[in-house]
Amino acid sequence: MLSIQTFLIVAVIKTLIALVVLLTAVAYTVWLERKVVGHMQNRWGPTRVGPFGLLQPLADGLKFILKEDLTPPHVNKPLYIAAPIIAMVFAITSIAVIPFGNPITVFGKQIPLQIADVNIGLLIILGITSMGVYGVALAGWSSNNKYSLLGGLRASAQMVSYEISLGLSLIGVLILAGSFSLKDIVDAQSGVFWGFIPKWNIFQGQIIAFFIYLCSAYAETNRIPFDLPEAETELVAGYHTEYSSMKFAMFFISEYANMMTVACLATILFLGGWHGPMFGPALLQAVLPLVWFGLKVFCFLFLYIWVRGTLPRFRYDQLMAFGWKFLLPLAIANLVITALVVAWTA
Amino acid sequence: MPQNYVPIFIFVAFVGILLPFTLLLAKLVRPDNPGKTKLMPYECGIDPYDNARGRYTVRYYIIAILFVVFDVETIFLFPWAVKFKAMGMFGLVEMLVFLGILIVGYIWVWNKGALEWV
Repeated sequence: MLSIQTFLIVAVIKTLIALVVLLTAVAYTVWLERKVVGHMQNRWGPTRVGPFGLLQPLADGLKFILKEDLTPPHVNKPLYIAAPIIAMVFAITSIAVIPFGNPITVFGKQIPLQIADVNIGLLIILGITSMGVYGVALAGWSSNNKYSLLGGLRASAQMVSYEISLGLSLIGVLILAGSFSLKDIVDAQSGVFWGFIPKWNIFQGQIIAFFIYLCSAYAETNRIPFDLPEAETELVAGYHTEYSSMKFAMFFISEYANMMTVACLATILFLGGWHGPMFGPALLQAVLPLVWFGLKVFCFLFLYIWVRGTLPRFRYDQLMAFGWKFLLPLAIANLVITALVVAWTA
Repeated sequence: MPQNYVPIFIFVAFVGILLPFTLLLAKLVRPDNPGKTKLMPYECGIDPYDNARGRYTVRYYIIAILFVVFDVETIFLFPWAVKFKAMGMFGLVEMLVFLGILIVGYIWVWNKGALEWV
C-alpha cells in the first residue's frame, strides 16, 4: 500500500505522462491520416516540414496559436467559449481509466499502468464519452449560425442514436468477462484455443458485436462514412463553422482523442488488450505488452483512415435507418444469442 | 476503493486548468483586428438573411425520446450482464421477458413510422 503523498505524486506524474503521450499521439495520428490518405489518392501528403513531413504537427500547432481568433458579436459568448473546452476535457479524460499493461514494479513499489485503477472503468468511459455530445450541441447552438445549428442538431441526434447500439454491443463482452473492470476484461482474454488461436473476445463469438461496435464507433466520432455533422459540401464545417484558431484546434484535438479512446477500448474489449506472443529476455518481456497494445491501437486507427480513403458519405436518412433498423435489432439478437450460449455451456 | 477515483479528478482539474491557460496564451501572441465583414455570420459569402434560431424538424425530438427509452434499457442490461453467470436460469428468463416487452414497443414504434426519416 502506498502512502498518500506517494499516491498523489504518482497520480500527478502519470497524468503528465499520459497527457504528453496522448497529445503527441493525436498530433501524429493527424500526420498519419494526411500521409496515408494522400498516398491512397495518389498524392504525397505533407513533405515540406522536416523529413517525410514529420514536423508538420509542430507547424500546425504553432499556426493554430498564432492565428487570429474571431468571436463574432452574434454568438452567445460564455457558451461559445465553454463548448470547445467541454468537448476537449471529456474527450481526453476517458484515457484516465484505460489500462495499458500489467502493473509494473518501480523501486520495489507496484504501480499499475493506468491513471485511475477503478473497478467500473467501462461505465466511467461510457459516461464520459456520452458527455462529449454537450460540447457539440452547445457549439452548434451558441454559434447562432444556420450551418452550425444544423450540424449540431445532426451530430447530437447521430451520437445519441448510435450510443444505444454501442452500449448493447458491449454486453456480450460483459457476459463473457463478468466484470466492469477493464483490467479483468483483458485478463479474461488470456490464453489460447487449441494451441494457436488467441482467446480474444473477437474469436469467442463476439465478431458480430465487434462489427456493431466498429460502425457505432465511427458514427460516435463523426468520421467517414458517418461524418454527416460536418458534411463539407452542404454544411461547410457543421457545428464548428464559426470557430477559429485555438478553439477550432480544441474541437480538432477532441475528435482525434475520441478516435484514440475508441481504438483503445476496441483493443481492450475485443482484441485481447496487451496479450500477445511473449519471448526473449526479461527486459523485452516487460516491454512487449505495451508494444502489442500500441500495435493493436495503431491497426485500429489505420483501419479508420483506410475507411476514410475508401467509402463515400451516407445520406442522413440512410444513416438513421442503418442505426435504428439494422444495428439495434442486430445488437439485441447478438446479446440474446450470447446469453443463451453462455447459459447452455455453463 | 474510493481513493482510486481521486486521480480522475486530478486529471480533469489538470486539463480544465490547462485549456483556458492555452486560450489566454494564444490571446497574448495572436493578431487581433476584426472587421465588419469578418464578423458576419458565415453563409458562404452571401449576406445572411433571417434568424438562425428558427424552427427545425420534429424528428430530432422523436429521436431524443426514443434514445431515452432505449438507453435506459441498456443501462438496466449492464449490471445484469456482469452478474449473468451468478444468476443462472432465473436471470436469463427474467431478462428475456424484459427484452420481449421492449421488442414489442420497438415493433410498435417502427410500425408508427417514428423511425422513418422523411
